[in-house]
Amino acid sequence: MIIKILAAAALLCALPTPAFAMHISEGILPISWALLWYAAALPFVMWGLRDLRRRSEEAPWFKPLVGLVGAAVFLISCMPIPVPSAGTCSHPCGTGIAAILIGPGLTAVVASIALTLQALFLAHGGITTLGANIFSMGVAGAWVGWGVFTAARRLGLPWIAAAFLAGMLSDWATYATTSLELAAALHGDGSFTTMFSLILLAFVPTQLPLGILEGFLCAGVLKFVRSRRPELLRTVPAGGAA
Amino acid sequence: MKKTALILLFAGALLSGPISTSGRTASWSGVDETVIEKFAEKAGRPAWKPFINTDQGDLLLFVFLLAGAAGGFAAGYWFRVLFPPRRKNEVGRILNHDV
Repeated sequence: MIIKILAAAALLCALPTPAFAMHISEGILPISWALLWYAAALPFVMWGLRDLRRRSEEAPWFKPLVGLVGAAVFLISCMPIPVPSAGTCSHPCGTGIAAILIGPGLTAVVASIALTLQALFLAHGGITTLGANIFSMGVAGAWVGWGVFTAARRLGLPWIAAAFLAGMLSDWATYATTSLELAAALHGDGSFTTMFSLILLAFVPTQLPLGILEGFLCAGVLKFVRSRRPELLRTVPAGGAA
Repeated sequence: MKKTALILLFAGALLSGPISTSGRTASWSGVDETVIEKFAEKAGRPAWKPFINTDQGDLLLFVFLLAGAAGGFAAGYWFRVLFPPRRKNEVGRILNHDV
């Protein structure tokens, strides 16, 4: 089954289409949309901060884990990876594995810190578009990753398959949300649905292989943590069970 | 055999996609900047210059290097806190157990 999916993905990847990326650059969104996405992302970040305080009191190793995951999300989300099928570079997000390890609330916090640093110093993303970028990567990507992992485990899938699906789908969800944000703000008098579909399809050659890569990354990291310190997965939904 | 052939097909399509189907050479430009900005320009919303514009000459390479070093240091520090190196006798015990 996986081989068939890989073969189908290979054929799709061979179509040379321009691709879009996740971080929306400075000034692209009108101010009303920029404020809306800030307002949408803020409650998730606040909830994550409250979660940090509560969970740090319960487990002394939790803050170092958040530090490690935060550094990893920062590095992964500013690491351009060449995608030969599209002839361009893009980057994975790391929010799928982050959501499994520290929860979706705290993933929004670490993603907002990573994205702020990138917008300020790395000319990557923007301050006006920060809310939209946090929402797509730190909220949508994280909740989809966490939700898929939880659902897959409850359905009885092996944890490694659940982690693979979570990583892959969280990546694709991030880019789907970015398409939605761009289409909503920029469609003008044209059709929102048409523009959304065009942007989403344009993502395919770049993000299809990167999503698969992110799935492997997610499964690999979880395998490592389970073998070295399984107690770190105590709070992961059904993660401790084989 | 079938599995290997499919994996090779997958790898081949990934590696030869842009050349074999269009003849275009890959630009390897970051899609974050080039395509979104082009799309936004079409919609009349060109991107602004960053408030702190480090995208000038090799300055961007420098800040990326700094960011990579700082992020790598932080990740390594917390990694050693969470996953300390195994002691020699512990490694021996694991190896003996494996045997």
